[in-house]
Amino acid sequence: MAKVTNILLAGVGGQGILLASEVLSEVLMLAGYDVKKNEIHGMSQRGGSVSSHVRFGEKVYSPIIPEGEADMLFGFELLETYRNLPFLKKGGQVIVNRLQLMPPSVATGMERYPENLEQLIADQVSDSQVVDGLELAIEAGNARTVNIALLGALANKLDIEQNLWIQAMEKMVPAKFLSQNLKAFELGRQAAN
Amino acid sequence: MSKEILSGNEAIARGAYEAGVKVAVAYPGTPSTEILENTANYPSMDSSWAPNEKVALEVGIGACFGGARSLVAMKHVGLNVAADPLFTLSYTGVRGGLVLAVADDPELHSSQNEQDSRHYARAAKMPMFEPSDSQEALTYTRLAFEASEQFDTPIFLRTTTRIAHSKSIVETGEPVTGLPEPSLERDPAKFVMLPGNARKRHYVVEEQLEKMAEWSCSQSFNQIEERDGDVGVITAGVSYQYAREVLPEASVLKLGLVYPLPKTLIADFAKRFKTLYVIEELEPFIEDQVRAMGITVIGKDCLPICGELTPGRVRSAISGKEMVPAYTTEITLPNRPPNMCPGCPHRGVFYALKRLKAFVTGDIGCYTLGFMPPLSAMDTCVCMGASVGNATGLNKVLKGADKQKVVGVIGDSTFQHSGINGLMDMVYNGSTATLVILDNSITAMTGRQENPASGFTLAGVESPCIDLEQLCRSVGVKHVRKVNPWNLEETRLAIKEEMEREEPSVVITEAPCILIKRDVGQRKTPLEIDPDKCTGCKACLKIGCPAIEWQPDAGERGKAVVNELLCVGCGICDQLCAFDAYREVKNG
Ligand SMILES: Cc1ncc(C[n+]2csc(CCOP(=O)(O)OP(=O)(O)O)c2C)c(N)n1
Ligand code: SF4
Repeated sequence: MAKVTNILLAGVGGQGILLASEVLSEVLMLAGYDVKKNEIHGMSQRGGSVSSHVRFGEKVYSPIIPEGEADMLFGFELLETYRNLPFLKKGGQVIVNRLQLMPPSVATGMERYPENLEQLIADQVSDSQVVDGLELAIEAGNARTVNIALLGALANKLDIEQNLWIQAMEKMVPAKFLSQNLKAFELGRQAAN
Repeated sequence: MSKEILSGNEAIARGAYEAGVKVAVAYPGTPSTEILENTANYPSMDSSWAPNEKVALEVGIGACFGGARSLVAMKHVGLNVAADPLFTLSYTGVRGGLVLAVADDPELHSSQNEQDSRHYARAAKMPMFEPSDSQEALTYTRLAFEASEQFDTPIFLRTTTRIAHSKSIVETGEPVTGLPEPSLERDPAKFVMLPGNARKRHYVVEEQLEKMAEWSCSQSFNQIEERDGDVGVITAGVSYQYAREVLPEASVLKLGLVYPLPKTLIADFAKRFKTLYVIEELEPFIEDQVRAMGITVIGKDCLPICGELTPGRVRSAISGKEMVPAYTTEITLPNRPPNMCPGCPHRGVFYALKRLKAFVTGDIGCYTLGFMPPLSAMDTCVCMGASVGNATGLNKVLKGADKQKVVGVIGDSTFQHSGINGLMDMVYNGSTATLVILDNSITAMTGRQENPASGFTLAGVESPCIDLEQLCRSVGVKHVRKVNPWNLEETRLAIKEEMEREEPSVVITEAPCILIKRDVGQRKTPLEIDPDKCTGCKACLKIGCPAIEWQPDAGERGKAVVNELLCVGCGICDQLCAFDAYREVKNG
């Protein structure tokens, strides 16, 4: 079977993962691939764990990534990235945002947020990279562009023409935030170089 | 024709548009909700939210009797609510095509059970299509309307969460033209289902099903993919995709119509294989029927009935080997369940109920999250509307202090969906329970849809708004009061008084969902905590607000801090702090 590439996006409801994966899938379609994407809405919104599966290649069957076959784990939050490591295939890549969001049991003092997650990820996955999305977003002039800044970092790992990314963002990002998002995207690209 | 990347739900809406649908109606429910949110984008369809699924289907039937094509959508449990008209609709058949899109939720991503709606196709004698991606969701929707008219029957279009919410590439088409204009036509033998008429229609239904089963043997939606080797697979829906991942070499009979089954086609296909799998999610629906034909298959003897399938689960089931991941997480990780939003008007009500030690018969909505710690204030949850009847039932069998503790809690949308009937019973049969209606002016859980008490329609047009207080009074509740749920003491005292009252009573907590866009005015200046005043007593952590974070290493015994980005300034925490540590963020 022709090779299918699997990208797993993981983070927390409200982080803009949905928009990031929408832009990503649109770009992949424009680049001529067959694309499938899946995520669970509903209960997962209100601050719960969220993951989005994006698969592309010549022909994609399952809309969800087979367990242990993600080529790339693209994490928006440290704990959620670490949680999803078992999805990654041997030799896969990790890009992770340097951010800790407290789950309810931690925020209410019942449990502690696990320490050294950056290190734990790096210890296991040799091809891993940490990006500070918030710093980039603030530099781009809008703290809410973290998701697109991170997408910029991901774009570096994919062989897709720049103009397709811009075309997709023009279509999917609200016009009044477009220039800030384009800037964040560029900064993300540079950061991951 | 153009290429787009669409979700299953978007594709169904597009299919309905292309099929010339005039009326689309639904009650929201994950994972079906976006069907109507998308039909609403096509002005040629009249799209509306009904107060419940039964009404939705009845409206669809009316339009169909008028000769228009109509689409009705709901989630699997909604079908239980709509079951009454459903079972007779299959007898009347249709005038304009009628398609009922029903979305199942294997794995219970956001549902209270894992029922397999394919059983309804058989029970109600209604044909059922099942797409395996978004392209088929569109094509089968169009096809279902044609087949509905051709065979004079309503037709199901069944999806599951992974079809409804997955996006894949779709080629869209042009809308059909030349459909007849709706009109009045009297046909009592067909549309008046009294015993004398219905008896005759039952024969027609059976005949049509036979015809359709035969017809479907030669239709391209039931498709054989020939490959070398002696392994065969019969499958449908998203399971087809998993089968292709796991058994790429197998020949596949992919069923687009899962009821009635194309028996001749199945028998011919089955003959050719030494090993024949039926790969399907949830119940052995296809498998049982294939076995009844005397064919030996492997199915639920290895595949799970509970939960959804995944490529990995199918692989493990077929190979008998557990999957071993390349990377593991060595430490136990805190879970991240969903939580009510910061500033959610429901939060304070559950805090009050917990302090009152109420036994809460719960219901379904965002407020079901009141079950989660630290609020932990919900004791039952069965189905939409059940809170009221459950409270009445408990009230009948309990005495004294226990009896007083029972409080039903229900959202505004759920109350209108099916809670109102329970309230009628409460009054009529002398229950003394208390009902709290959480009126946040929206159907929030499913993503904020309008409802008859929200003042707007699906199209965003202002509409008459049901006055819930008057509604409760009109069924005979004498004690109805409104409280502001952001005021903890007011809320607690009101509920306490009504709990003690030996008569049926209703407390309406009135405050909009914090995420309603038109009400952004309710967002106030965020709060912060003066670290010098915070003693680390943890009182404010008891409401479980995501904007308040505990810093175990601050001060001597830890301190709370507010995440300014999340806080909307609702001020509930401030009411809990005995040390006056909360204050508005300056220049916030
Ligand atoms: C029969 C049925 N239909 C639909 C649903 C999906 N559903 C779950 S909660 C809910 C509505 C909740 O609205 P409301 O009662 O106003 O509470 P809120 O979420 O706004 O707090 C819906 C439609 C369901 N669970 N059961
Ligand atoms: S969506 Fe609205 S009702 Fe639901 S938890 Fe958030 S604020 Fe509360």
